[in-house]
Amino acid sequence: MSGQKFDNKIIQWVDDRLPIFSVLKHSAVEYPTPKNLNYWWNFGSLAGFMLVVMLLTGIFLAMNYAANTAIAFGVVEHIMRDVNYGWLLRYLHMNGASFFFICVYIHIFRGLYYGSYKAPRELLWGLGLVIYLLMMGTAFMGYVLPWGQMSFWGATVITNLFSAFPVVGDYIVTLLWGGFSVDNPTLNRFYALHFLLPIVICALVFLHLVALHTTKSNNPLGIDVKGPQDTIPFHPYYTIKDLFGIGVLLLIYLSVVFFDPNLFGDPDNYVPANPMVTPPHIKPEWYFLPFYAILRAIPDKLGGVVAMFGAIIILFFLPWIDSSKVRSAKFRPIFKQVFWIFLVVCLVLGYCGSQPPEGQIVLVGRVATAAYFLFFPLLWVLGKLEKPKPLPQSIAAPVLKGASAGHAAQPMEKA
Amino acid sequence: MRKFLTSTFAAVVLAVAVPALADEGPALEHQSWSWHGPFGQYDKAQLRRGFQVYREICSNCHAMKLLAYRNLAALGFSEDETKAIAAEKQVQDGPNDQGDMYSRPARPSDRFVSPFPNDQAARVGNNGALPPDLSLITKARAGGPDYIYGVLTGFKDTPPEGVTIPDGMYYNTAFPGHQIAMPPPISDEQVTYADGTKATKEQIAKDAVAFLNWGAEPELDQRHSLGIKTLLFVFVMTVLFYALKRRIWADQH
Repeated sequence: MSGQKFDNKIIQWVDDRLPIFSVLKHSAVEYPTPKNLNYWWNFGSLAGFMLVVMLLTGIFLAMNYAANTAIAFGVVEHIMRDVNYGWLLRYLHMNGASFFFICVYIHIFRGLYYGSYKAPRELLWGLGLVIYLLMMGTAFMGYVLPWGQMSFWGATVITNLFSAFPVVGDYIVTLLWGGFSVDNPTLNRFYALHFLLPIVICALVFLHLVALHTTKSNNPLGIDVKGPQDTIPFHPYYTIKDLFGIGVLLLIYLSVVFFDPNLFGDPDNYVPANPMVTPPHIKPEWYFLPFYAILRAIPDKLGGVVAMFGAIIILFFLPWIDSSKVRSAKFRPIFKQVFWIFLVVCLVLGYCGSQPPEGQIVLVGRVATAAYFLFFPLLWVLGKLEKPKPLPQSIAAPVLKGASAGHAAQPMEKA
Repeated sequence: MRKFLTSTFAAVVLAVAVPALADEGPALEHQSWSWHGPFGQYDKAQLRRGFQVYREICSNCHAMKLLAYRNLAALGFSEDETKAIAAEKQVQDGPNDQGDMYSRPARPSDRFVSPFPNDQAARVGNNGALPPDLSLITKARAGGPDYIYGVLTGFKDTPPEGVTIPDGMYYNTAFPGHQIAMPPPISDEQVTYADGTKATKEQIAKDAVAFLNWGAEPELDQRHSLGIKTLLFVFVMTVLFYALKRRIWADQH
């Protein structure tokens, strides 16, 4: 890694003592990347970009915020009204959370479709899931900070879930609250943790990248890189492709921030928190809705909580549950269909989570919950039964074949 | 296998779609608001009329604690006019050098003075119901400005057959449950507009909602104009990135 030669004497002097330039050159410039990555591979860098946006806007919001139940709601409105461009910071941060989750969800489903979790990338996948879990914790606590009605009641409902655990449940809840109800100590510790967890996320993102650069990127064909003819250097090919992706993301993200900033929000959160008045429908932010639906699908409180956490925990075992050695769904005709159905099941769960649990919704929620968990044993069986299509010899092979037929094939965009 | 999956999928889609179609609740009529859409901006004359409605009617019961008199500059009021508007109200200040609290006319830096000293007093003065603070009202209700307009104009003298409304309550088409404690607040010609606009009930309601929306989103004008400029810039940047991407990748095609 070190021992690179640089023309610039100062850079060389620094690099001989601290190899930052060698590392950068090794892992951000020369880093050999499969040449056939499609646009779904943009979402990792887009998620990283959103993390930076959240950190930057968050720091400046923190300079103007005060975690005290008596003034928190007013302080957020003070940011919106009296702080210079405070409304912009706040709307960027608030919608940034949603777009961060959109990027991460697409990133996860891309990994699922192309089998990126399979050997040798099990730890890469697991680290990603830990990041996702930490994101959920951070987002949940961030949503409590404006101290609106949904902040307060969302916090009450979600923290109360832990009371379902036998013996230790009540102690955990008291510890989370810092008292005997959601109150000022709760807000204070949530603020502290909302500041701490993103730093942990950054550390894990670093590990995620180290693991990625060790096993190297998967690709739409899901086959291993055979040699230098299969790869291109990260810079300039993927740096410019990622920049273009960031431009497209910004167009959508900023359209929401400037023209419909409360699109993902709940009107109730513009009503100050009131422990005496319960809103008619308590529901979490959209990115939690599928899990909220699973929680409510089980008639038993402890069972619901276990199912909800289980729905995420089970993803960690995916590399060992999936018995197929073929990674990409491109060569797995039945898995491909199961994948799309699984995606629809997740969307249906999200819809159920957004509705009051009455009538048909209860039934649909239960069927979808069963379908969600059925996906995993099905994946194991499928690997045994399914006959995959023949895999190409190498990444370069189909490219060469396409090249002989003229300019018709554009493998880098089409997967 | 495949057939089973397809039919499961169809069952799930059907089960979700059917109850969604049967959704109940009165549909709100969409009004045309000057600030709608990316190019929308507030109509300052309308905001001033709306402020007049708030000052003469709404503010008798409803507070707007998040707004300060200095914010009225955005409606086109001069500094002297703002001072005069603020000075109509008294606020408690102090303690002074003698250690006494005292009353003084409000200043532009003061927040809008509330009609009642506290929630309890507000309830006593309003038949037990608490008039909500209006600072964020258009953001704090589903349907936003259309909903507020719907409530203001949705009063019916006689409820539909089979519906009984208790004493001190009123029938309203837009309010959830249709039973509202607020008496019909506006009627034709209830205010006299200085700019000669005809004060129909609908006009008064629209102007009031425009003012309330400004109170909830005072940054909207700046947000929209900055948004257009920012998106234009990002669009050009993205097109350039794309062109550059095509060029860099040309040798890979």
